[in-house]
Amino acid sequence: MLAFIIRRILQSFAVMAVVAFIAFALFNFTGDPVTFMVGQDATQEERARLRSDLGLDLPFYVQFGRFVGRAIQGDFGLSLRQGRKVSTLLKERLPATLELAFVAAVLALVLGVPAGVYTALRRDSWLSQLLLAISLIGVSLPTFLIGILLILVFAVVLGWLPSFGRGDTVALGWWTTGFLTKSGLKALILPAITLSLFQMTLIMRLVRAEMLEVLRTDYIKFARARGLTDRTVHFGHALKNTLVPVITITGLQLGAIIAFAIITETVFQWPGMGLLFIQAVSFADVPVMAAYLCFIALVFVLINLIVDLLYYAVDPRLRIERLAAAQ
Amino acid sequence: MSPTVRRTLKALLALVLAGGLAAATHAATYKFADQGDATSMDPHSLNESLQLSLLGNIYEPLVGRGKKLELVPLLATSWKQTEPTVWRFNLRRNVKFHDGTPFTVDDVIFSYERSKVDGSDMKTKIATVKEMRKIDDYTVDFVTNDPFPILPDTLNTWFIMSKAWCEKNNATAPVDVRKGKENAATLRANGTGPFMLKSREPGVRTVFVQNPAYWEKVESNVTEAIFTPIKNDATRVAALISGDIDMMEPVPLQDIEKLKAAPALNVLQGPELRTIFLGMDQSRDELLFSNVKGKNPFKDRRVRQAFYQAIDIEAIKSRIMRGAATPTNLMIAPGIRGFDPALNKRLPHDTAAAKKLMVDAGYPDGFEVGMNCPNDRYVNDAAICQAIAAMLAQIGVKVNLMAETKVTYFPKILSRNTSFYMLGWTPDSYDAQNAIFALLMTPAANGQGLFNLGSYSNKRVDELGKAIASELDQTKRNAMIAELFKIHGDEFGTLPLHQQALAWAAKKSIQLVQLADNTNQLKWTIVK
Repeated sequence: MLAFIIRRILQSFAVMAVVAFIAFALFNFTGDPVTFMVGQDATQEERARLRSDLGLDLPFYVQFGRFVGRAIQGDFGLSLRQGRKVSTLLKERLPATLELAFVAAVLALVLGVPAGVYTALRRDSWLSQLLLAISLIGVSLPTFLIGILLILVFAVVLGWLPSFGRGDTVALGWWTTGFLTKSGLKALILPAITLSLFQMTLIMRLVRAEMLEVLRTDYIKFARARGLTDRTVHFGHALKNTLVPVITITGLQLGAIIAFAIITETVFQWPGMGLLFIQAVSFADVPVMAAYLCFIALVFVLINLIVDLLYYAVDPRLRIERLAAAQ
Repeated sequence: MSPTVRRTLKALLALVLAGGLAAATHAATYKFADQGDATSMDPHSLNESLQLSLLGNIYEPLVGRGKKLELVPLLATSWKQTEPTVWRFNLRRNVKFHDGTPFTVDDVIFSYERSKVDGSDMKTKIATVKEMRKIDDYTVDFVTNDPFPILPDTLNTWFIMSKAWCEKNNATAPVDVRKGKENAATLRANGTGPFMLKSREPGVRTVFVQNPAYWEKVESNVTEAIFTPIKNDATRVAALISGDIDMMEPVPLQDIEKLKAAPALNVLQGPELRTIFLGMDQSRDELLFSNVKGKNPFKDRRVRQAFYQAIDIEAIKSRIMRGAATPTNLMIAPGIRGFDPALNKRLPHDTAAAKKLMVDAGYPDGFEVGMNCPNDRYVNDAAICQAIAAMLAQIGVKVNLMAETKVTYFPKILSRNTSFYMLGWTPDSYDAQNAIFALLMTPAANGQGLFNLGSYSNKRVDELGKAIASELDQTKRNAMIAELFKIHGDEFGTLPLHQQALAWAAKKSIQLVQLADNTNQLKWTIVK
């Protein structure tokens, strides 16, 4: 088990190094930040000097080497746009993104799993048909459109919820939370729904398909033959056995929620890391982009690790095989 | 009278006065939004309009601009040229920075030194100033390299910082990202202006509060102003309609009519000082991006004129800009000193005449040329370029259009890696000289012609440009500017298109002053 974890962590570092390397190779095409770091009246000479002082005229692998050298020491440098530490910027924006992703993930699970189970068990009821129809919208409409529609209905027409931003936040040490204020909670609703809708429908459809699959298997028939109640059969036997793929997908999707919160954050001007990244891209702010991409890679790697460990908890066969192999 | 009694009387008087004023105005919170945010609260870190517009509420220059862009005394009460190369400024007395330290000549000289170091983007603002001489605590002489008659005009975004505060907070230089050290002035501010910085969360929210100790009575009844950047156009419009904010800019062109029709909203439109134009490579012997080999068609005046006359500027105005543009023949906008309405008459749009010019120039079948264009810098920039490509097709010119984001566009055209490009320019000094120097004069090492990316070159233009910079007599100067624009216009050195319109939207209860340089001053904002 320990060897497994260590192996995975080593692999993770390799993955992150590759991500950073590819990112740096791409930065060559994102443009020249110096254009935006000085105003229109700065002379060509000043621009050239700034560029060479920043090392932007070096080949990308040299820039990459410098970046890795500093990153290992935990130094991501200063944002070219804001002149502030990249680590501080990410730390400031992290709570907003994580809170949004957390609420979206909880929404997706809490609504997605029961809906999936229901549509599998009551295949022909009108509610199932309705849920499936809605889920089709959820998968097919792009996120920004859903966001704009929600803003139009709930902020502009009805005026119930704020159209943008995070509301008031409360600082708990370096962490800022919107969970403790009324305006913070209200501001969370629309972006969380927007972000979770796709995941929700995905989970619902996945649970439904898996349930239908499992309900056809022999051991369910035997369970019924034993005279167990529907409740025990459905939730004790069937649902439990659908969970392995659901956990995999949900785990990976959690990473996706954090990484692809970019669009939702842009539509709702949600002050998270995605918005920071978008601003960095439109400025070619290399240190911020590099640090963000490494962070997202780290998130995916960690989630994968956790998902692998969860398999052990859920699926007893894995434990037994391991033991058998060890002996 | 004992001090206590005097204080009580004073307080009473203040109350009565405040009560009288309250009938006209009331304390109010004002929320405004823009598509972007300032990069820093440091007034010397970046010469960019939004940043300077926001900071102009906190910091003040010696000489500012009034509601009609006229010069107004702010931290200087008067100024005069004592010698051709010396400008003397008398400073305002009894002005205090927000932290209570008094403003003196030392702060001006300190700000001058601070603007000269690495990391400062204000070097060009004071580039003509050789040294500053302290005459007494409230008088300072600016000594320039050459006679510089328009020095006061160029100072309105050069802000004065407190020497004591900067020294105390280790902020005696703007952040230099090269050195990798952060700086207190990035997030905090201590100016003399009518508003103080209460809190700053970059990219999220910036809160201003009115300065109760300001040296002049402030017109505005805004006690607290909250600024939020909202990048997404649709969200910004929705935020205004839903009432979450009181004012926002820019209004996307397609939403102007909708917002005008809304009963509770107002749209403020006005011409901006920025002139949008097209430039052509006139120096290389062969264009980088063209099928004409061995010669450069843009070196021929007739080709440039043909391009000019092939462009239907009225169609661009009505179809693409939805009326929100002012076609121009000059490289500067009305409102810029040196603008001459007599010269601002465009040659008619005439495809037949353009075709004939192409035949005369030896290109009866036209030619192919690559065009570079940004797609996120100016209003509908890429759409304008597409329309122009279609118009040029009618005279046989096949335009290979390359529209891209400003992040990759500007490095490309600044390295002159282009044959045909689009650019917009606002003279920082509100004077023609800045545009002439940057756009029309032959490129040289001192920054002259830095944005003359097609390397248009004319000896007489260069001579006039130099003379204009140091001519003291306003009439003579205007005559020279007119002559210069006449020469450049007759040669079609560039193809001026239009000034795009500013578009702000606000609730009807908000009274705003819209300046053509797109600054939005809180001190003139009134919430009814």
